[in-house]
Amino acid sequence: MKKEIIISGFGGQGVMSIGKNLVEAGMEEKFFVTWAPSYGPEMRGGTANCHVGISSDPIGAPMFTHPTELIAMNAPSIEKFGYKVRSGGSVFINSSVVKEQFLREDVSVYYVPCEDIAAELGNLKVANMVMLGAYIGATKALQVETVEKMIHEMFTGPKAKLIPLNLAALQRGLDAVQ
Amino acid sequence: MAKELWKGNEAIAEAAIRAGCDCFFGYPITPQSEVPEYMSVHLPKAGGVFVQSESEIAAINMVYGAGGSGKRAMTSSSSPGISLKQEGITYLAGAEVPAVIVNCMRGGPGLGTIQPGQGDYYQATRGGGNGDYRTVVLAPSNVQEAVDFVQEAFDIADEYRNPVMVVMDGLIGQMMEPIEWKEYKRRASTEKPWAAGGKFGRDHTNIINSLYIEPEACDIHNQHLTVKFNLMAEKEVRYETVNCEDAEIIITSYGTPARIALSAMEVLAAEGIKVGLFRPITLWPFPEKALHDLAGKDHVKHILDIELSSTGQMIDDVRLAVEGQKPISYLGRAGGMMPSVEEMVDAVYKALGKEVK
Repeated sequence: MKKEIIISGFGGQGVMSIGKNLVEAGMEEKFFVTWAPSYGPEMRGGTANCHVGISSDPIGAPMFTHPTELIAMNAPSIEKFGYKVRSGGSVFINSSVVKEQFLREDVSVYYVPCEDIAAELGNLKVANMVMLGAYIGATKALQVETVEKMIHEMFTGPKAKLIPLNLAALQRGLDAVQ
Repeated sequence: MAKELWKGNEAIAEAAIRAGCDCFFGYPITPQSEVPEYMSVHLPKAGGVFVQSESEIAAINMVYGAGGSGKRAMTSSSSPGISLKQEGITYLAGAEVPAVIVNCMRGGPGLGTIQPGQGDYYQATRGGGNGDYRTVVLAPSNVQEAVDFVQEAFDIADEYRNPVMVVMDGLIGQMMEPIEWKEYKRRASTEKPWAAGGKFGRDHTNIINSLYIEPEACDIHNQHLTVKFNLMAEKEVRYETVNCEDAEIIITSYGTPARIALSAMEVLAAEGIKVGLFRPITLWPFPEKALHDLAGKDHVKHILDIELSSTGQMIDDVRLAVEGQKPISYLGRAGGMMPSVEEMVDAVYKALGKEVK
């Protein structure tokens, strides 16, 4: 298994945390993982991205010119990385924000209305968890149970009440790509 | 022990605390600001002292003072900030005060960019400040090495009574990777009978000083330092080789580009090209003899040096080591741009005089 993922979107869309969740789950499943963020001026307003590697073997390059998958939370992310995704790869598009179709036939394209689903669940902050669910559901790169376990460990103390919401968001993401 | 996910900069700060760092003096600058940020919270809790100084120059002089009193002292910065610290580093070397200095390198010259760079190679390996001196320079290529090397840097500094630098490009500071906290064992005794940390009944006064106004005395002092630098050069050389046994081309690279090279090597191996990696871990002392011997092997036809530098800097040490035995090519990017796997693959084909696929 070797995933080279770029996750990209506006600051505040949870781009970095989707990446962190993926590497934490990957590490839990004993894969080699890397997480490399963009840390330029884009973090202070524009489009931010992070590169996530999950692999059965040690990881060389931690940043990818041609990712196997792209998670695009906004339209500029498609423009910047959409055509760089490897043939046969996957593109996950947040269709609550991106209204255009992505016309590439050599990759699998998944449209996930992250913010719409999050709004239905009553909290826009879980939009990124919806996308994480969609990614796991479509790629089967990691076990759903691992992410669920992680959610339980992530929210403790007074934040524990957020567990059902996040589990629901994860499930809706899984459902969105079935 | 279980692996934990750590960001490079925070990991080296924690590593320093675990290695018994008593004092940290620093000033924020991207991409290393998480080091002082982490230290400001956690070092006082561990019984240490954290000061955010008014400038980089102040920070390195605080290190000079704390190190001179026998404390384990550290500072970190990024390229333009490290330039400001050079005066302090030469004083540390001259007065034989141990210290750890981390440079989380960004692009230059001048203010350059906050993105990763390796343009401070000359500065780190040639002393950087005035006068004849050297510092051991450790260059990690991943977060685990960053952790291990920072801890060992304190020991090397104490052993030789000399500042030690850990240089890493900004990406290693910013990225997260799983690491293992190994049990930290000090190299040797940390007794510092020379330190000016209070007399406590001692019958003489210890003096921390780099001024030798009499030419004869300064000459003798320099000779003494040179013996020490020669000892470091003999004992501290470190490097890693990957697939060099039958390689027709050797990539020389360190830090992040060295790990990108590993990905390029996978691609090349699948296409039948025998390519090896020679990765200096100590930039000073440079693994001169090992590279010289490798370049002399019959199977090696070409050397390709890859750096995050437009002009190439380590390539000079590569040339000195190879001594004209084999041709050397260069691939470099600057300004925070990374040479991609594809660019490296093309550069290998070009160096071997083969058609680029």
